Amino acid sequence: MIKKFVVGSFEDEKVLFPAVKNVRRAGYKIHDVYTPFPIHGLDHALGLRQTSLHTMGFIYGITGTTIALWGMGWIFTTDWPLNIGGKPHFPLPAFIPITFELTVLLSAVGMVWTYCWLNKMMPGVKKHHFSPRATDDAFVMAIECTAKSNVAEIEAFLAQNGAIEINVQDAEDGWWFGRYDKEQKLYRTEEVGVE
Amino acid sequence: MNNQYVAPAGFKRWSVIFMAAGLLTLILGIIFLNPMAGSHGDNVNSTRFWAVLLQNSMFWLMLVNVSIFFIVICTLAMGGWQVAFRRVTEAIATLVPVMGGITFIILLCVIFGQRADIYPWLDKAALHHDKVLNGKSGFLNPTVYLATSFVVIALWIFLGKKLNQLSLKTDAMGPMDYDTSKKWLKQNMGISAYYIVLYLLSVGSILPWLWLMSIDAHWYSTMYSWYTFASTFVAGLALITIFVIYFKNQGQLEYVTKEHIQDLGKFIFAFSIFWTYLWFDQFMLIWYGNIPEETVYFKVRLQGHYSGLFYLNLVLNFVAPILIFMKAGTKRNYTIVTFMCIVIIFGHWIDFYQMVMPGTVKNNPHMSWFELGIPLGFIGIIMWGVNKFAMKTSMTAHNNPFLKESIIHVVGP
Repeated sequence: MIKKFVVGSFEDEKVLFPAVKNVRRAGYKIHDVYTPFPIHGLDHALGLRQTSLHTMGFIYGITGTTIALWGMGWIFTTDWPLNIGGKPHFPLPAFIPITFELTVLLSAVGMVWTYCWLNKMMPGVKKHHFSPRATDDAFVMAIECTAKSNVAEIEAFLAQNGAIEINVQDAEDGWWFGRYDKEQKLYRTEEVGVE
Repeated sequence: MNNQYVAPAGFKRWSVIFMAAGLLTLILGIIFLNPMAGSHGDNVNSTRFWAVLLQNSMFWLMLVNVSIFFIVICTLAMGGWQVAFRRVTEAIATLVPVMGGITFIILLCVIFGQRADIYPWLDKAALHHDKVLNGKSGFLNPTVYLATSFVVIALWIFLGKKLNQLSLKTDAMGPMDYDTSKKWLKQNMGISAYYIVLYLLSVGSILPWLWLMSIDAHWYSTMYSWYTFASTFVAGLALITIFVIYFKNQGQLEYVTKEHIQDLGKFIFAFSIFWTYLWFDQFMLIWYGNIPEETVYFKVRLQGHYSGLFYLNLVLNFVAPILIFMKAGTKRNYTIVTFMCIVIIFGHWIDFYQMVMPGTVKNNPHMSWFELGIPLGFIGIIMWGVNKFAMKTSMTAHNNPFLKESIIHVVGP
């Protein structure tokens, strides 16, 4: 969905933290903050809820455990019972390693895909970059606008809070497949402007 | 130093009561259990007396020794997060000399008392007709046993004391500058490097063979030492955690937050699973191989009088930690963490019980006044020793170069 964003870039995380706090207090909706490196406590400052990744990991793991135990149990007791070394048809200790492996496999693979889904990034998927400097030396904050937002006011507020570079962008907020085939005029002109 | 720890009267009283209870049990044991009687297993009570002493002394010695190991691995890994409660581990580490002394006295009694019911390889007559014992006699003999035990315990005490002195020295030194702290860290690392090699060679390999595995002298397992190590390590971490929470509740350890408790909880969670992994490795290979000379160890534990303990051991040390400690919230709740730590220490005490008893008292397991009274004494000694250390020193190592890293430590949800 194409939305309007006011994007402010900060040069220092020491400026960024109070800015995040003030912007939230003023009631603006922060779409996201993009930083060149992970910053401890930023998720807390942004008021992000705790990730559901580990809950999903548990569910994937339990699924793996169930599939392995049920599968092997069904095969070796009902479908095709075999006498292996005189062991019982349901030898639990012998099944544990495979159960463990499948638990780990499903939870690991499942969590990788869930992580990608939650972060809105996947192989072959594209996302709008608000500022290329976010991958290098700037801390970029994108504020989402609604029809009622006063853009000039937000820009002034960001400037007041120490943003060194402020612009307005109409951008896709989610992700899409393929190349940058959407209208990315702002992004392109800005890059040209930066040279 | 203005926040000096003062022991509450109740704590002191209980430590003395526990020690007295342990001592009383020991005296009653000497009177009623005939410790000097038949060393060939003909008197069950006599065997029971020495087996219980052996189990408890080794368990609690290795438990307090974990504290030194914890300091050592954190030092060698340049870890900073533990500095806020490092004095607690040092306090527990001061008990190594006491526990080491007690253990060594018990070992001397067992060896010179020729207790063949505890260690079959002490029976000189059996060596002549027992091919297996005879073959192992180059390693399993009183000289090797006592010399190794003595050297290892002495080195533990020596190196542990050195580390403690280095840390206590910083209290008087004042804040360190870059070069001083670098030099200080280097000294720490030197001692730690010696200690970690010693620990690997002792708890990681030779000591559990001599002290515990040689009770079942005909049987052997290559997993045994690591299994014992995992057992003591996780229980030792639980002990550290209990005391961290205790001192926090006493208004000490001002920099310890829920973050530190959560990380300790993570350690306990991880090493509980590590213990299970080793336990299962040892069990499954023997179960699958099904060779009589190997399965004999698990036959008595799985099918005899000990089968209840066998499963209880798994429930306490694997099922309970994995289910309760999985969520971040439970690791940040002091009450649940304390409860789980007690469960884990008890669970691994049970683990040691089922390592020692089937090979010694065989089909007459007891779990009554003597078995439960002796550990009380050891718990009393630990409480008393930690208390004594804490009364003299500041419980926060204010001048440790890593203290700031520990203060800002955040893992939280």
